[in-house]
Amino acid sequence: MPVQSTRNKILENTQVTDTVYRMVVETATRPEPGQFYMLKGWGDEGPLLARPISVCDADGRTVTFLYEVRGKGTRLLSKLRAGEQLELTGPVGHGFAIEKVRGKVAVVTGGIGFAPMVYVAKSLKDCQVDFFAGFRDASYQLELVRPYVQRVAVATDSGAEGQKGFVTDLFDPAGYDFVLTCGPQVMMEKLAKACMACGTTCYVSLERHMACGVGACLGCTCQTTAGAKCVCKDGPVFLAQEVF
Amino acid sequence: MLATELCGVTLKNPVIAASGTFGFGKEYAEIFDISRLGGISSKGLTLEPRFGNTGERVYETASGLINSIGLQNPGVEAFIKEDLPFMQKSGAAVIVNLGGHDLDSYLKGVELLDSQDFDLLELNISCPNVKAGGMAFGMEPATAGHVVKEVRARCHKPLMVKLSPNAPDLVGVALSCQQAGADCLSLVNTFQGMAIDIYRQKPVFDNVFAGFSGPAILPIALRMVYQVCAAVEIPVVGLGGIASAEDAIAFMMAGARAVQVGTATFARPTAMLDIISGMEDFCQQQKLAHIGDIVGAANPSFRGRR
Repeated sequence: MPVQSTRNKILENTQVTDTVYRMVVETATRPEPGQFYMLKGWGDEGPLLARPISVCDADGRTVTFLYEVRGKGTRLLSKLRAGEQLELTGPVGHGFAIEKVRGKVAVVTGGIGFAPMVYVAKSLKDCQVDFFAGFRDASYQLELVRPYVQRVAVATDSGAEGQKGFVTDLFDPAGYDFVLTCGPQVMMEKLAKACMACGTTCYVSLERHMACGVGACLGCTCQTTAGAKCVCKDGPVFLAQEVF
Repeated sequence: MLATELCGVTLKNPVIAASGTFGFGKEYAEIFDISRLGGISSKGLTLEPRFGNTGERVYETASGLINSIGLQNPGVEAFIKEDLPFMQKSGAAVIVNLGGHDLDSYLKGVELLDSQDFDLLELNISCPNVKAGGMAFGMEPATAGHVVKEVRARCHKPLMVKLSPNAPDLVGVALSCQQAGADCLSLVNTFQGMAIDIYRQKPVFDNVFAGFSGPAILPIALRMVYQVCAAVEIPVVGLGGIASAEDAIAFMMAGARAVQVGTATFARPTAMLDIISGMEDFCQQQKLAHIGDIVGAANPSFRGRR
């Protein structure tokens, strides 16, 4: 079966910032950059549905998730301890077609959209990668990407670190062959339009509320130039002009 | 031990994937062996393709899920060409779910489907999310009976009618469908519910009201199945919040011949496999030769046959 739905052992679950945690789970599944898993670490006492969490790293033995506590489900995930079990369904979705990405590449992230782009930056081959990351007040885990990129630049909403303002103001997409991005919808839309205007190929990773995560419930449908698509199964990664 | 006969169709077990929760089987076939299921009910079809509803489509609640998908589907013709062949090869009984916005669209849909190779037609007169879902037909005994009678006259497959718990007189609707020639009934579809985004001071869904499912609705759905099974003689397929073998067995003891499982699959893709093996365990523990022996066991007024 290409998608596994199994109980897996948590090897590590540590706090990174006030709201961000890092979890390492034992699994031999091999996700592609931009794919995600459905995670459920509770029984009847917790929420009904599993939570979609993107892959921050994977090595064929483990998968690492970097996730932000946003509600009840992610809060329960953050309370799990090493040694406990987790229900894991995945890897699911279509990630970044990194084999097609060559030349000068800008990887652009906003908030926790940083998480999947770590694995993307690590997986890119034969590219010169600049990594632009936007955060609210402070960056985290940048050391995870530094070994794989030429340059890291940070923007924060508050100006407490890096340049104050939008991450999209850190660079000109015209100077790149590819732009790969994950972050808030408004940021991605602005960036996608700028890329389309200058002819730079842009891939965006969308986020939607979803129930099943595998393309069955049709809860995360988005309109694309090729008709209705599931963000979970046909995406989350789309070519910018298909969705914006 | 679990083989179940439903309107002349033999299901290898009484567990059916509920319409709208299993697509046409392809997605979950990548996760588990779907040939182990008793049956699969297709995503709800309409004569013409539909994009479905705009805005938020799913919203999780305490032990439940509200959805406003709006019958997104490829339309009957594309289904026959693109999706039915996969369902036919699935190894599970094939149930085709059909909705409509007026009598004519139901009848045209039935006409196209009737000559195709599948096991049962599930007539949806109960989707609360769109006019095309036919809930308008399912709310009153007379209108329900009328559409069932017209479809019956043109349908040569066993006909299952899916009922809405939102009908003020559900038992009346059930009796009317039986009278009009339905071979069996499935109940319940989702309950009409809603959610409000308190920060935007607006309903969450563009359509305002949406369909509520999941474990939270089980006790009400079970009560309704119990009441309908005390009124009709045709077989009933029970659904509404079933998430475990115990839940499924309770519906069967209320009088359901088989069950459908929906939202539980979203929560855990392999939920139905656990329900099937839990039923086997129950039969062994209770020394039951056949799961069908418990149908209606807890319902003294059960009018169907075992």
